[in-house]
Amino acid sequence: MAIVATSTKFSIYGRPVLAWIVGLIFFFPIFWLVLTSFKTDADAVKPEFLIFFTPTLDNYLNMTENYDYWRFATNSVITSVFATVFALAVGIPCAYAMAFNPSRATKDVLMWMLSTKMLPAAAVLYPMTFLTKSLGLFDTHFMVIVVLMLINLPIVVWMLFTYFKEIPKDIIEAGQMDGVNTWGEVKEILIPLAWGGIASTALLCFIFCWNEAYWTVRLTTTEAATLSKLIEGNRAPEGLFFGRLSAVSAAAVGPIIVLGWFCQKQLVQGLTFGAVK
Amino acid sequence: MGRIVLENVTKSFGDAQVIPPLDLAIEDGEFAVFVGPSGCGKSTLLRLIAGLEETTSGKIQIDGEDATQVPPSKRGLAMVFQSYALYPHMTVRKNIAFPLRMAKMDQAEIDKKVEGAAKILNLVDYLEQKPGQLSGGQRQRVAIGRAIVREPAAFLFDEPLSNLDAALRVGMRLEISELHNRLNTTMIYVTHDQVEAMTMADKIVVLRAGNIEQVGSPLDLYHTPRNVFVAGFIGSPKMNIIDGPEAEKLGATSIGFRPEHTDVSTTEGKWKGRVGVAEHLGSDTFIHVHDTGLADMITVRIAGDIAVTHGDDIYLTPQMDKLHKFGADGLRMA
Repeated sequence: MAIVATSTKFSIYGRPVLAWIVGLIFFFPIFWLVLTSFKTDADAVKPEFLIFFTPTLDNYLNMTENYDYWRFATNSVITSVFATVFALAVGIPCAYAMAFNPSRATKDVLMWMLSTKMLPAAAVLYPMTFLTKSLGLFDTHFMVIVVLMLINLPIVVWMLFTYFKEIPKDIIEAGQMDGVNTWGEVKEILIPLAWGGIASTALLCFIFCWNEAYWTVRLTTTEAATLSKLIEGNRAPEGLFFGRLSAVSAAAVGPIIVLGWFCQKQLVQGLTFGAVK
Repeated sequence: MGRIVLENVTKSFGDAQVIPPLDLAIEDGEFAVFVGPSGCGKSTLLRLIAGLEETTSGKIQIDGEDATQVPPSKRGLAMVFQSYALYPHMTVRKNIAFPLRMAKMDQAEIDKKVEGAAKILNLVDYLEQKPGQLSGGQRQRVAIGRAIVREPAAFLFDEPLSNLDAALRVGMRLEISELHNRLNTTMIYVTHDQVEAMTMADKIVVLRAGNIEQVGSPLDLYHTPRNVFVAGFIGSPKMNIIDGPEAEKLGATSIGFRPEHTDVSTTEGKWKGRVGVAEHLGSDTFIHVHDTGLADMITVRIAGDIAVTHGDDIYLTPQMDKLHKFGADGLRMA
C-alpha cells in the first residue's frame, strides 16, 4: 500500500517538477545564447550586465549586412534538403529489400553499415580532403550533399528498416497477388503504411545534416559553406565577440528549433525507433 | 479457366528439401484442398503455385502455359491469406478495388464490380470503413471480395478460417462452398483441419513431409485410405489402428476400423474393455475404451445414446466388411 501511495504522490507532484527541471536545464543554453545575442560584444563579458542590460539588434543587423547570413542559410537549406532526399531515395529501396527479402547476410550488412558510424571522422580527413580537391569537388554543393548523405545513410537505413519490419509481409505479398510490380508495392503499399516512420526519419536526417559541422567546416570555404561554417568563422581565438557569435549561432539553430517544435510528435517517434506505435 | 499442373516440382530452403519431386494436376473448376499436419509443406506448395516462393526445380503450368518463372502479379491468381492481409490504410471499397485499379480498369467499371462483390458478400454498409473497424468475419469477406473482383484463373486460400471463432468458421465454410458453386472457378484451399477438407473439397490432397500421401475425393479417402497415415488423418474421431496378434490373425501388420464401424454391447462381443470417458453429444455418443489389450485407447461412436459410465465393462466388435488391412510397409492391402 505504501508503495502505491508514494508512487501516486510522485506521479502527481514529483514527475512534473522533475520534468520542468530537466526541461529548464536543457533549455538554458539556448536561452543564454539568445540573451547574449542581444548584448554588445563589450557588454557580453561584463558581469554587471549578466541579466540586465540595454538590448541591441546590432549583432543581427551586422550579421545580415556584413557576413552574408542569407547565403550561408541558403546553402544549409539546399545541402540538407538534397542530402535528405537522396538518403531516402537510396535508403527506402535498401531497407525495403532487407526487410522483406532478407538473406543470410542481411544482419551482417546492417551491422557493417552501423560500424561505419564508429569510424572517427578525423581518420579519413586527409584522404577526403585530397580526394575532393583532386576531383575538383572541394567547396561545391554537390560534394557537401554527397558527404552529408553518406554519413547519415546508415542511420536512415536502420530507422527505415525498423519501421518496415513492422509491416506484415503478408500485406506486401497480397499486393503482389493483386498485380502490382515492385515499384507499385513501394508506392501504393509500403510508403503509405510507413509514412509516419519515413517522415520522422527524414526529419531526423535533415536535422543531422543541418547541424553537421566537421565536414562542412573542413571541406568548404565560401561557395558551399553552410551555417556551421559561418559560426566557425565568427569564433575569435581571444573570445572577444560573444555577442556576435551568439547572434550567428542563434540564427543558425533558430530554423531547426522551430521545425523541431512543429514536428515534436514525429521526432519522439523517430528517436524511439518505432517503439511508440 | 484454371487448370493447374505441377510437374516434378521441388523446393529446398538451403539444404533442407521441403518438397521432394511432386506431380499434381488440378482440373479447371475443381475445389482442391491441401491437407496435412503442420509443417507438411502444404502452405509452401500453395505459395509455389502463387509464385510467392520460387521453385527449386520442376515446372508449374497454369492453363497450359509455363508459369514457373512468371512473377505472382502476372499469374492471374488471387489469394486469400490467413491474416486477411488487407491494406489498413485503405477503405473497404479501395481494398476491393485495388487489384482492378492496378489493372488500369476504368473507374465506372471498377465501381460496378466493387458494388457487385459487396452485395454478394454483405459488405454494402461497410464500404467506407477501414479494415481496423471490422470484425474478423467481415475482414475475411473483404479479403474474399478483393479476390473475386478480378475474376482470377484460380483462387488460393491459405488457411483462411483459422483466425475465426468456431461458429463463424462453419458459416464461412458454407459461404466459400457456395461461392465456388456460383463462380465455378478453380479453388485451392489449404487447411490442417480435415473437417474443412472433407466438407468442401472435390479433391483432397493429403500431404506429409512434402510428399503426397493420397489424392482423391473425400469419400475415396474415407473408404479406401491408401496407407496408415491417411487412414489416421481423415475422419473424426480418428480411425483405430491395431498392431500385433489381432492383426496377424488376419494376415496384416496393422488393422484399422473407424469408431462408427464398431458394434458395441454391454454383454457380449469380440473384445472386452473398460469405459474411460463417454462423451454424450445427444445425436451420437463417443466412448473411449481402455484395457482392451489391443491399443492404449479405442474410440467408438454410437448413434444416439447408450447408458454407460466410467469404469463399466464394454464389448466391441468391429464390422468386418469395413475393416482396413495394412501391410508391413504401411500400405493398404488389397
